[in-house]
Amino acid sequence: MLTRTLPRFGSRRSLRVFERNLTVYRSQWLMLISGFFEPLFYLLSIGLGLNHLVGPLRVGGHVVSYATFVAPGMLATSAMNGAMIDTIFNTFFRLKISHSYDAILSTPLDVTDVALGEVWWALARAGAYGASFIVCMVLLGDAGSAWVALCWPAAILTSLTFSAIGLAACTYVRSWQDFDLVTLVQLPIFLFSATFFPISLYPHWLGAIVAISPLYQSAALLRGLSLGVFQWVMLGRIAYLVVLALVGLRVAANRFRRILVP
Amino acid sequence: MTEPILQARDLVKRFGEFNAVDGVSFSVDPGESFGFLGPNGAGKTSTMRMISAVSQPTAGSLSVFGLDPRTHGPEIRGRIGVVPQEDTLELELSVRLNLEMFGRYFDIPRAILRERAIDLLAFTQLSERADDRVEDLSGGMKRRLTIARALINQPEILILDEPTTGLDPQARHLLWDRLYRLKREGVTLIITTHYMDEAEQLCDRLVVMDHGTIVASGTPRELITHHSTREVVELRFNTDSHDGYHDRLAPFAQRLEVLPDRVLLYVDEGDETLRRIHEHQITPMSALVRRSSLEDVFLRLTGRTLVD
Amino acid sequence: MATRTDTQLGWSRWRRSWWYHATYYAQTWRGSVASTVLFPIFYLTALGVGVGHLVSAHTGLVDGQTYLHFIAPSLLATTTMQLGEGESLWPVLAAVKWVRSYHAAVATPLEPIDILVGKLSWVVTRALATGVVYTIVIGAFGALQSWWSLALPLIGGLITLAFAAPFVAYAASVQSDASFVAIYRFAIVPMFLFSATFYPVSAYPGYLRPVVQFVPLYHGVALARSAAFGEWPLLPTLGHLTMLLALAVAGVLWGRRTLRRRLVD
Repeated sequence: MLTRTLPRFGSRRSLRVFERNLTVYRSQWLMLISGFFEPLFYLLSIGLGLNHLVGPLRVGGHVVSYATFVAPGMLATSAMNGAMIDTIFNTFFRLKISHSYDAILSTPLDVTDVALGEVWWALARAGAYGASFIVCMVLLGDAGSAWVALCWPAAILTSLTFSAIGLAACTYVRSWQDFDLVTLVQLPIFLFSATFFPISLYPHWLGAIVAISPLYQSAALLRGLSLGVFQWVMLGRIAYLVVLALVGLRVAANRFRRILVP
Repeated sequence: MTEPILQARDLVKRFGEFNAVDGVSFSVDPGESFGFLGPNGAGKTSTMRMISAVSQPTAGSLSVFGLDPRTHGPEIRGRIGVVPQEDTLELELSVRLNLEMFGRYFDIPRAILRERAIDLLAFTQLSERADDRVEDLSGGMKRRLTIARALINQPEILILDEPTTGLDPQARHLLWDRLYRLKREGVTLIITTHYMDEAEQLCDRLVVMDHGTIVASGTPRELITHHSTREVVELRFNTDSHDGYHDRLAPFAQRLEVLPDRVLLYVDEGDETLRRIHEHQITPMSALVRRSSLEDVFLRLTGRTLVD
Repeated sequence: MATRTDTQLGWSRWRRSWWYHATYYAQTWRGSVASTVLFPIFYLTALGVGVGHLVSAHTGLVDGQTYLHFIAPSLLATTTMQLGEGESLWPVLAAVKWVRSYHAAVATPLEPIDILVGKLSWVVTRALATGVVYTIVIGAFGALQSWWSLALPLIGGLITLAFAAPFVAYAASVQSDASFVAIYRFAIVPMFLFSATFYPVSAYPGYLRPVVQFVPLYHGVALARSAAFGEWPLLPTLGHLTMLLALAVAGVLWGRRTLRRRLVD
């Protein structure tokens, strides 16, 4: 049969999960659209006030305004938050509360199709949000150079990495109260990943710890791309995000299997 | 003689050290209505999940449509419908959308899904609620919608796990009626239940499960004839404990069960037995003569009542 | 003879509603305690110390304060606003629709108004506790300059009440949570960012400055700064207090109607 000859991982059937999410979210369009505005408000607020208080910064040989410095960090953060909210909250809901996945698994789809379908969805959403954010950056004058366009694929990669981490993490969540823990981890990552000030402000040893944060790697990558400053270390950052994504997906697929088809 | 549509031999499902299903064998013919009767935790749901090619057997052989679920999961799942124990509907979406969206998992074209959804909603008497959110439906309606959803791919086998648990009597009878119709159309039904009346009403043949094994099998009538007497006399006395009546009543019955609130006497002639008990100056607070049911079979086989 | 014509608020009844919420919280408090202590430390370190370093290098003092001192009070204000929102929207809709625990409560001697006052007093209780923790943390960062700082928890309680009251009222009147995310993103987030929270009003262009007066959180931030710095300009202070109290009173009046309609009519 045709379906048997297709490879196990990457079945076309995973697109049906994507379709499902599209249908469900169509009824929540307000939520989807409002997601575009949150990072925009942050950009506006920083451009309005902090920009003058902090003044220009020196990054990779360029002197840039604070808003230009912060904007890529905000893009990375919005990719992280979007991915985490969608995977941790919504996937947890489908996995353990509404049991939507149990229903899906009684159809020809299997666990890899479900996990992969969620990844397609995460990528599509990241693509749309990322593009709109970059347009806002350009319109507000916060883009460092025309290379800012390269931030788009990098933001999608960031989103993929955090979606994978989130998918893996959500399988360990036992109840809604565990989400307090999620925010407890997410907030320091947001605040201390050299998003609001350069990593050079940290003592050397602390900077080495911050470098572990995937959000730092993403923010530094996006900042370089936005300014058009290309360094070999950026390839390392990309590799780091890719490896984290693959590990996260691997763990998530195994855990999904354990939970859904024991 | 037709080939069985479903065949299991020495099927085992183990979770860690615990054998949820401990070597069961059975076969189901096409068009048959086959039941699994047993209390919670007997291994019925684990068996259902293996049959529906969702969870993998630990040991033993299983074939559905002559295919092995281990290797042909998607094909098998494409030809069966599953009504899980708890409804897994999308509460925020409309009734119609629930059906159409689910059908897409089977790769059925949208145009066909639209027509099928209309037919299925008529069949399950939900046409008027087609555009309402599922959240606003009653329990019985949600259950019927789950059944409609399981039929969207026109399955050859319909698997129902505790289909009427938690429904009021009216909703149950409506649901049973729909299941008869499906059976007449040639759909093979596989049903788990812990309600005896449901098993007697719906099943051509059934197995009784307890602690992961099959303790008896046959048609409802066969089971009752083999494992119980024709009639049962139920006696209640004005006492805190019925234990004391065991020895006094034993001579009147072929077999006797003392439950916390009543005593059951297994006999062939109920009225005659009751008359003799009265002659011996034993005066129960209430007395009832009834025909044996599957409940009695289960009590006999496991020493426990089904619903406790 | 006991009749049920008495719909007056009674201490003996609304405290039972307070007690219900407190008991529930006692089962689920662990995660929120960790965040109550850690969040201000995180924020003050990253923004106060980190960004503060950049600000002092470029601008020096902000409104006569170091940047850390300047934003510490606004942190208390934004947190208590979010507490008022977070404890009101979803939990109340759950209580009147999904779990229906408020329906269970009106089947007892409690009146809707008792439930409302019990709920709000419980949220304010939490705000006071949060305010105490934040005040201690802010003090540990050396950002308290006057004995008036002891009033910070009270100001936190007032801010929470000013937001919780209308949000409870609103949540009790809706059928679904569809609008809640929009409220968060179009009201809470902009208020968090645009209430002279992270920079003084003077940073706004002239035409925007009067508009800030209409942002409720702005008044909370201003009061919190007054307390931390011990400076109480009379007229502005009265204005800020009036604004927050008006929101609280309007919220309670509105909530009395929506809860009554939801639970007993």
